[in-house]
Order: sequence, then structure tokens, then C-alpha cells
Amino acid sequence: MKAIRKFISGDDAVAEAVRLASPDFIAAYPITPQTVVVERLSEMVEDGSLVSEFMHVESEHSALSACMGASAMGVRTFTATSSQGLLYMAECLPYASGGRFPIVMMNGNRSVALPWSIYGDHRDSLSQLDSGWIQIYVEDAQESLDMTIQAFAIAENAEVLTPVMINLDGFLLTHTYELVEIPEKDIVGSWLAPVDNPYAMNFDNPRNMGFSSQPSDNTEFKYQQHKAVEDSRKIILETEKSFEQIFGRSYGGLAAGFMCDDAEFIIITLGSVTGTCRTVVRELRKEGIKAGLIKIRFMRPFPTDEIIGLTTNAKAIAVLDRDISFGYEGTVFTNVNSALARTHNDILKMNYIAGLGGRDIPKESIREIFKELEEGLTTRPDKAVKFLNLNVETDEKYSDSEDNSTQHHREGVLLWS
Amino acid sequence: MSAVGFIYPQLCFSNNAIISTFPGTASMLSGVAAAAKAKGYKDYHVLGIAGDGGTADIGLQALSGAIDRRDKIIYICYDNEAYMNTGIQKSSLTPFGAKTTTTPPGKNIRGTLTVKKNMFEIIAAHNIDYAATASIGYVQDLINKIQKASLVDGPSYIHVFAPCPTGWGIKTDETFEIAKEVVDSGLWYLAEYENGEFTLNRNPREFTPVENYLKKQSRFRHLLEEDIIEITEARDRKWERMRRQWNKN
Repeated sequence: MKAIRKFISGDDAVAEAVRLASPDFIAAYPITPQTVVVERLSEMVEDGSLVSEFMHVESEHSALSACMGASAMGVRTFTATSSQGLLYMAECLPYASGGRFPIVMMNGNRSVALPWSIYGDHRDSLSQLDSGWIQIYVEDAQESLDMTIQAFAIAENAEVLTPVMINLDGFLLTHTYELVEIPEKDIVGSWLAPVDNPYAMNFDNPRNMGFSSQPSDNTEFKYQQHKAVEDSRKIILETEKSFEQIFGRSYGGLAAGFMCDDAEFIIITLGSVTGTCRTVVRELRKEGIKAGLIKIRFMRPFPTDEIIGLTTNAKAIAVLDRDISFGYEGTVFTNVNSALARTHNDILKMNYIAGLGGRDIPKESIREIFKELEEGLTTRPDKAVKFLNLNVETDEKYSDSEDNSTQHHREGVLLWS
Repeated sequence: MSAVGFIYPQLCFSNNAIISTFPGTASMLSGVAAAAKAKGYKDYHVLGIAGDGGTADIGLQALSGAIDRRDKIIYICYDNEAYMNTGIQKSSLTPFGAKTTTTPPGKNIRGTLTVKKNMFEIIAAHNIDYAATASIGYVQDLINKIQKASLVDGPSYIHVFAPCPTGWGIKTDETFEIAKEVVDSGLWYLAEYENGEFTLNRNPREFTPVENYLKKQSRFRHLLEEDIIEITEARDRKWERMRRQWNKN
């Protein structure tokens, strides 16, 4: 396959993918750290390398509302947002999924105010987990490009017809430059089928859309929507396989395991921190520790069976959450826990809240998590949720065996020698 | 609309139609118009209808954006001067003095304290291709304006005055008469904005009394003499300015 290689950022990679997928309609409203995407797209429209109706909307709410209008007409649509913008368009998210509009949207994962922070975590997208969108999380710029192209194929599949949100960690991914292979437009054009939505507006068979329902039929609409997202698992895997055949890259389905086969201690991640964790797992394996990693790639549909399968030999798992559902636990943890509750009640399950508002998650902290998992098998901590590297005083005890646990939290990192 | 005439499976339009989000009438129209352009359609109109709340309150931002972009849409504001779907709550197009369920007249406050937002001139200030006011009491004028809007290669806006019998406390068969009288009394006006110029389409030599119009509606029944004087004086100031600054035909 012919392709060129370019040193570009995650945002650039998404814009390149959009150029290759060539949507008929793009709604653009800038927000850090997504801005580069809409800047690149407008440059592409200007230089003619992308032919698209490019709309400068006055808000994110209008961005998604306009995408719905265009999608109702049966054309390919794209928009991009982040954080406050995602929340501002929140009303339109279930509207788009309920209307079965196959819109593709990039979200630059960013913390949500207050306090203000332009840096990354997953609270923006995870707060919209129940909005009916398929949610993809990627790890690097190449995966950003590949999955943005695949997102159109998944969303527009006649059996799916559900919007797809592709999530890139703010700055860590959106603004980090990497070498990315960019396929030729013609090849992407022949791989990606044109939109053919049988339910779109047309003059021969006019459609009335966006209607109300009664209690007698609302459940049936919602069931069909649920079923479409459930059944999208098959389409996601088929899409990845067919993409791999042409472009030579695949990423492991809804959840990708790394050294999980005989792993006793497994860390579960979302997004760009996966790379750091993979490095640590490799190091620990050299030291004789049976460590493993699961990278969740789709939060909806949720990879329940994949996670159960990958944790078959696990004694303890840790979910690294770049979010917190206040008063409970990290949302990824809740989902993983729920999946494992069916079969893995006996294993230790810990939840580490980390990387909020762009805080670095160093290798040493990942090593520390693995050490705590091993210790936890004997200490059996009564609390599952722990804030990593917390810098405020806390009287919470995660381990009943250590008198110096408070000190331990404050220092944050306890090296595993 | 979504609550009364668009309930599955009884869908009432024989043409393509969609209900938008409350703030999203104009933005959804913009998306439809852009897709029609992308598809290369030639013979079509993209028309949207929203109420006074959907236009002047929650949908104002999206409408402003659509006009700014010069999207080829026809936007009709159906102004019955309050949130009627939810049961007569004040909007920014509710006139001074009117009783609504959120501006109940009592000993301390006599109904709505604000004056009706000047949407027509707000829209015109965008330098829109075509804008007009109308009333269902002057049907031919309304039809002419919709026809004119349909020929515009850009955004057009028609603000239609439309009484709500339940919300205003009038009989259903008085609707047309009230919609005509509001124009004849000078409390509403028929005008157009095009090519950067305002034109008064109807410039009565003499107005019918404001009091007659107000007294027919239970929403104004609590008003005192001084309130009616205030409403009349505001009307006169507005007409003095319109007659001085606008073209007349």
C-alpha cells in the first residue's frame, strides 16, 4: 500500500483522517486542545485538498445541531470538540444517538471546570457515557488517524447508525508529535463505502423525523438503540479486520490485552497512559513478576467479555481512572467491576484515580500500583479507591497493616526496590 | 409542535420535516441547507418555524449565527407572546403589563414589567438579506412576505404575530380580529427590511384605541389607567421614530 509518513500531532492526524474520509459537512467551533483540528481542516478546504461544506458555527450546541440537520439529509458529517464544549452540546448528544444520526466527532479529552483546567483527563467524555454514542479511546497519533477513518465506517454501517465519539487525551496526544503513516486518499476512498442511509430525508419518500413518543412505544425505540450499540461489536471487529487487510494495522478490538495470558497482576487503562503502563509491564516481566495490561479501546459498547477473558488468571487488577464520580469511584472502575462481578468475585480489584487535570502519571507510580496489588492480596484493603500521588492530608487508610500509610500517601511514590 | 402534532406514529407532514432541539431550530436548518448544497439540489426551500421563546430567548444565539453565515434558510417566528406549550409563561416577547403564570399580577407587581424585545430590528442589525413582520390578521401580507422570502438567496426572517386564545383570554373566533386590531391600534406593525432599508408596509393615519385592544384580553384586564397611558405613549414614541426613519409605502 502506498502511503507517506509525516511527523505530526494527534490533532493533525485526526484532520488528515477527516480529509481522507472526506465528509460532505463539517461544523467547526474552536476549543483548546481541539483547535488544531478545525484549523487544519479549514486550511484543507482553502487549498482544495478537502471538498466539504465547512460551517463556522457560533457554539458547540449549534455544531452538533447542524451536524444532525446535515446527517438527516444523508450526508457524511464531522465535528470536533472538548470538555466545556462537549458539555455545552450535551443536549444534542442523546438527540443525535436517538435520531440515529451517524455523526463522527473527535473529542480532545480535557478536564471540566471548576476549577478551570485546559489539561487532560476523562471526565468530559465519561460524563456522557450514557448518551448513546459509541466511545473510542486511542493511545497515539497513528491510532487516532486509523480510528477516525474507521469511525465513519462503524457509525454509517446500516446495522449501527449510531454516532461515534473518538477520544484523544488533551495535549498528551492532541499536541504530541509522532511519525504517522498517512494512506493515499484514493485507497481510503475505495475502502470506505459512501454513506447510504436508507432513513435519510429524500424527495421521493419524505421523512418526518425527531418526533415524540408515547409510553406505549418509547421503550421499543430505546431497546432498538441499545441493540444497535450492542450489535456494533461485530461491525467494529469486522471493520478493524478489513482495515488491517488494506492498511496493515490493527489494535486489538474493543479491549487489547498485553501479556495477559498468565498475568496475575493486571492494570487496566484508557488512552495515552497505556504506553507508560506497557513499558512498566515489560520491566516487571523481566523482574519475574507476572504483570499484564488491558487497554480499553471502546467504553461503549463495553468490552465485558474481552475483560473477563483477559483476566482469567488474574489475582488482582487495578483500574487507572483519569476521572472520579464524586461520592463513589472512577467510572471506568465501575464498568470493569460490573463486568467482573459475574465471574471474578474473588480477585482483588483496586481503583487508582490519577492524571486529573493533566497531572503526569510517572512510571514509578505505575510500579507502585503493581506493588500494592501484590501486597493487597494479604492485606485485603477495605477501600478500593485511591487517589494517586495525593498532596493533601488524608486520614483515609487503604491498608490496615501500615502505620505510616498517611506519610506514604503524602510522599506519593514509594519506590519498589 | 413536538407535543401536539408530531407524535409517533401519527406524523403530520407530507414533506420532509424534523423537530429540532429547543435552542437548535436555526442551527439544524443550517445543517439541512448545507447538506442540500453538498448534494447539489437546485429546487428546494429550507424553512423552519419556532415560537417566541425558541426565537428570542433560547434560540437567539443559533439564529444569530445562521444569519451571520448567510445560510439559505427561511426562519419564521410564530410569536404568541409567551411560552404557551408549557402553559403561558413569560418570554422576552411578552409585552409590558401582560399576565402570565410566571408574571401573576398582584398588589405589588402588575404583570410583566419588561417591554417586548425588538426582535425585528435585532435581526435587521445583522444586515440580513430579508426580514419582515406580519400578523395572521393580515393574511395576504403574510403570504406575500413568505413568497418574497422564498426567492432570497440567503437568510430570511419573518416575525408573525399570532394570538393564543387560551394564553390571552380570548375566544377562538376572536383570534383573527385581535391579530388585525393589534396592527390597527399600532401595538404591532407590518414592515420589511431589505437592501439595508426599513419600510413600513402599513402606516395608519389614525390608530384604533389601545384600550379597546387590551380590554378584550383577560391577560391585560388588571391594568390601571396609568399602565394604559404608558403603553400608549410607548407606542407613539415607536411610531414617531419609525415614521421619521423608515420608508413608507
